[in-house]
Amino acid sequence: MSKLSNSVSDALIITKRQILQLTRVPELLIFSTIQPVMFVLLFRYVFGGSIETGQPGGYVQLLMPGIFVQTVAFTLAGTSVGLASDMQKGLIDRFRSLPISRSAVVFGRTLGDAALNVLVLLVMGIAGYLVGWRPTSGIFMIFLGFLFLFVFGYAMSWIGVLIGLSVKEERVAQNVTFIAVFPLTFLSNAFAPTTGMPRFLQYFAEWNPVSTMVAACRQLFGLKNEFGATAGSFPSENPLEMSIIYIVLLMAVFIPLSIRKYNNTSK
Amino acid sequence: MKAVIAENLIKTYDKGRVRALDGLSLDVEEGTVLGVLGPNGAGKTTTVRVLTTLLKPDSGAAQVAGINVLKDPDEVRKVIGLSGQYAAVDETLTGWDNLIMFGRLYHLSGKQAAQRATDLLEQFLLTDRAKSPIRTYSGGMRRRLDLAASLIVKPKILFLDEPTTGLDPRGRQDMWGVIDELVKSGVTLLLTTQYLEEADHLADEIAVIDHGKVIARGTSDYLKRQVGGEKLEIVVELKDLAATKEIVAKVSASAVAVDEGMRQISAPVTTGSKALIEAARMLDDQGIHPLDIGLKRPSLDDVFLSLTGHVAEDEQSDALQTAGGKGKRGEKR
Repeated sequence: MSKLSNSVSDALIITKRQILQLTRVPELLIFSTIQPVMFVLLFRYVFGGSIETGQPGGYVQLLMPGIFVQTVAFTLAGTSVGLASDMQKGLIDRFRSLPISRSAVVFGRTLGDAALNVLVLLVMGIAGYLVGWRPTSGIFMIFLGFLFLFVFGYAMSWIGVLIGLSVKEERVAQNVTFIAVFPLTFLSNAFAPTTGMPRFLQYFAEWNPVSTMVAACRQLFGLKNEFGATAGSFPSENPLEMSIIYIVLLMAVFIPLSIRKYNNTSK
Repeated sequence: MKAVIAENLIKTYDKGRVRALDGLSLDVEEGTVLGVLGPNGAGKTTTVRVLTTLLKPDSGAAQVAGINVLKDPDEVRKVIGLSGQYAAVDETLTGWDNLIMFGRLYHLSGKQAAQRATDLLEQFLLTDRAKSPIRTYSGGMRRRLDLAASLIVKPKILFLDEPTTGLDPRGRQDMWGVIDELVKSGVTLLLTTQYLEEADHLADEIAVIDHGKVIARGTSDYLKRQVGGEKLEIVVELKDLAATKEIVAKVSASAVAVDEGMRQISAPVTTGSKALIEAARMLDDQGIHPLDIGLKRPSLDDVFLSLTGHVAEDEQSDALQTAGGKGKRGEKR
């Protein structure tokens, strides 16, 4: 076998391990899908009645892309907690003592988390549909929207690799990622118009990758993005392009950093 | 042939303030067991990490199975097995799942991996728990599975980093049995431990390390002789202390030590039981009845204490207990 195909098969073994974990501990699967569904229901019925959107179909049309993006952004947490726990238990050291490719473990991990996202997005999509979400852009654009979410989640996952391998402790990873991601998803157009925020936060929200992703998904699902766009800036006018730039940037920065970290790390 | 060679390894942390390895050199003859003995923080784990390619030293050289560890880590990884201080296996998965995963990572075919997993589970008495998640295993079972995982490709050279730390006495006995079997099969083993009796039991040779350096090395017997041969130890009533000291001085050619707190007189003797009987007779003649009298061969505790000036395990451990000899350090944790 060539070196490359060895690397790929090594990574797939690590991915398979994660999928096996889900079948051995089904609670993992249940809880990782319940939480996003809970968010759908809470936002839909708590804020849904009081936010005037001016969109046909009401708040839930705007909400769903927001919750999708929030959920895939949180892939970062899953990845970092998983790796920190492997680190803590010495598993990473064992993997590093094996004659396997130096990037197999991190590629396998991110791939596994991405695979879980497919399932989570599917369940959320169904939950959204049940509470009134109706994308209008046609099957191809809807698929493109989900693909976009998937890729964004994968890119975020790489930030999680770096965090997980750096903090080396499960609980720290949990806290760090929670503190990092929550403001990012709320200082955005995901759940409420940015126009109500103080001026300086509006700028942040506008350039926030979560906002550009949400706006891009709203477009792909057939909505005008009513929430952002306060100043006619590049990200608010071109959310799709801006999101692609962010995704490429994230991967270009965090994949090499993460692999380097993995190779120099030790419990 | 040397299976493992480490030369003048140096590894510092915190911009040189902490010297984890401070010019450490050691080697292991093929087919033998080297016990690396030292207290927490002496550099045992760092040494294993360097030799198993997990950590790059600041300077120095290392060879495993004739392969340069620093230049050719991938080749080294193919011939070694490593089992660490913690059971480094996936606890949510079953023992079987873990062995299959590691087998596949060693690029065994599905069939080969299954065969190897079956054999190893049997060898380590885990067959009936093969399909249970590891989190339901006892500490000893976890360690055994961890060890099994490191033996998948039948490595010629095995590194065990404190294989019994944290195990109960029963688990430790089981582990020793398993390791004994491996050694019989001809594996070269480098084993770290902070348990003196463990090194005594398992190792052909012992390297005592402290502050990142090997401070003594040799067989257990050799190290014990370093501290001196047998010692005569007598505990008496306080009032008899002075008289006893004189008696002991007559049978020993060396300096006599008096511990007033313990009311103990001790001195190295060269004539063994003859000295003991003589001393006992003289004590009896003077009407002194010792509370305790005996010959003591030095334990590795004494070796460590005399080499380093401090106690092996807990830096704070009281000197009295160590002076008392054997102690029960093994069960401490």
